[in-house]
Amino acid sequence: MAVDEKLKIELGKQGVFVTTLQELYNWGRRSSIWPMQFGLACCAIEMIATTMARYDMARFGAEVFRPSPRQADLMIVSGTVTKKMAPQVVRLYNQMAEPKYVIAMGACAISGGPFKQGYNVLKGIDRYIPVDVHIPGCPPRPEALLHAFITLQKKIDEQHLTGEERPPHLDGGAQGEFPVPEYGEHDLEPPSNPGVWPVPITIR
Amino acid sequence: MSNVGLQAEATAASGREEGWNRPRTLTPEGELLEVAMGPHHPSTHGVFRMDVALDGERVIRLKPVFGYLHRNHEKLAEGMAYLASMPFTDRLDYICSLTNNWAYALAVEKLVGQEVPERAQYLRVILAELTRIVNHASSVGFLIQEMGASGTPLMYAFREREKILDLFESLTGARMMCNYMRFGGCRVDASAAWLDATRKVVAGLPRFADEFENLLCTNEILMARCQGIGILRPELAVNAGVTGPLLRASGVNYDIRKVDRYGIYDRFRFRVPLGDHWDVYDRFMVRLLELRESIGILEQALKEIPAGPIMDAKAKLRGFRPKAGEAYGRIEAPKGELGFYLISDGGPNPYRYRVRPPSLINLTILEDMCLGEHLADVVLIFGSVDIVLGEVDR
Repeated sequence: MAVDEKLKIELGKQGVFVTTLQELYNWGRRSSIWPMQFGLACCAIEMIATTMARYDMARFGAEVFRPSPRQADLMIVSGTVTKKMAPQVVRLYNQMAEPKYVIAMGACAISGGPFKQGYNVLKGIDRYIPVDVHIPGCPPRPEALLHAFITLQKKIDEQHLTGEERPPHLDGGAQGEFPVPEYGEHDLEPPSNPGVWPVPITIR
Repeated sequence: MSNVGLQAEATAASGREEGWNRPRTLTPEGELLEVAMGPHHPSTHGVFRMDVALDGERVIRLKPVFGYLHRNHEKLAEGMAYLASMPFTDRLDYICSLTNNWAYALAVEKLVGQEVPERAQYLRVILAELTRIVNHASSVGFLIQEMGASGTPLMYAFREREKILDLFESLTGARMMCNYMRFGGCRVDASAAWLDATRKVVAGLPRFADEFENLLCTNEILMARCQGIGILRPELAVNAGVTGPLLRASGVNYDIRKVDRYGIYDRFRFRVPLGDHWDVYDRFMVRLLELRESIGILEQALKEIPAGPIMDAKAKLRGFRPKAGEAYGRIEAPKGELGFYLISDGGPNPYRYRVRPPSLINLTILEDMCLGEHLADVVLIFGSVDIVLGEVDR
């Protein structure tokens, strides 16, 4: 239900600013995404470099890294998630207030990366929590993180306040908490969250 | 080492139990407050947990909990060819990937008796010292950040880091994970333009060091917070196997660049800064002074670097199977003694591959440094150890 662009420009000339609640809402949210101060491994150093003077994430309204999940909107999973750390990552995600977003930064966070063959590395954090943007790279360059960030902003811009496609935080029936895995006898239990990550069907 | 006399003297002076500097007066009254710091905690440089027991504000017990970043590096290395482990060593101490490369290359070169050409040796020294500058500048920046000056000193450090990382990128193709050294040399040659660019960056570094020192050294808050806390006695440091700036800040003259003279470090003139008060401020100062010495080494190396090949012509690239045997190669990494211990059974993969990480072993004395201090100082003491969790947990 966007306002006609021509009408908007015409009204703008007369000093009248017209917008929809949805646009205003999305604009407000995408312009002040506060990431959580949360570094896991190598990618965290590049994440810090992104916030420093050269790349300056503050240009996109995201310089305020919050140490508490309660104050954060965005979780940048920057690095290898091991099986010992995965329950904590999911718990931190559960503690974040809606609306919340996740960027999986780096090969390890999206798939296990070079350590995938090992016994102690989770093969992608998207097995447990919904990920909005994946960035490949080992580690991704700061520009890649900025690109992911802009992609996330575009994604937020396209969200609707009502209807079937509304984001989870506007949907009363949506799942808010995700089950925290626990270390079982051999591996993490459950090995994945089927609501987030449907187990791929293997065709033999 | 020749500090046995020093050890006995310090023990007698302190009146504390021999070897371990735990004060005896830590008998709490009433109940203890247990605080879990981490694994998600802004001060822990990643994922690390400290279970601290407090009597009021004083630390009575501190139990470090490791393993949140255990990436089975050693086990993976046993299943792959020697050269295939090289990119994994980058990810050990991910701030200083090039020194990790060097330590691993040195261990394998020792195992097979491989020579390294002159030019490659110089390139290794140049890259390792640039890495040391990156590491020391960032670690000082992180230390100050934990004191509450969020961002500003770190931004100065990262400004220089970006300049140096640009050099790494143009030479090796990657900013952080360089994967540059090979057994018997280096992967690609440095062009004359690269060397000129490096000279330009190095010429700007003394100014950065001056700026950084002017900004920080005499800062009143920094001195008040850092001086006299986290004292690490030399005898404990030696007993616990602590190495690197942490050991030198405790006044022990031990730098593997001087002791082993690996590579071509016997050709360069540089001094080893030592601490006098053994506290956090000394560690901070030792890092700043080492940064200056590294600039000196860089200037000498960039002046003397000869032309020539960068790979030994006799280096075996295919079918790399060392004879059965074992070797331990160690270097002075920015954080301390980084060693690789390899056992070969004659196959293409190492039979045993063991990393001696400076971060983990420097961290073992964390409780001893923190006992009796305030909780707020634990963050500082932890920061002054300068660890990277990728290396602690491997």
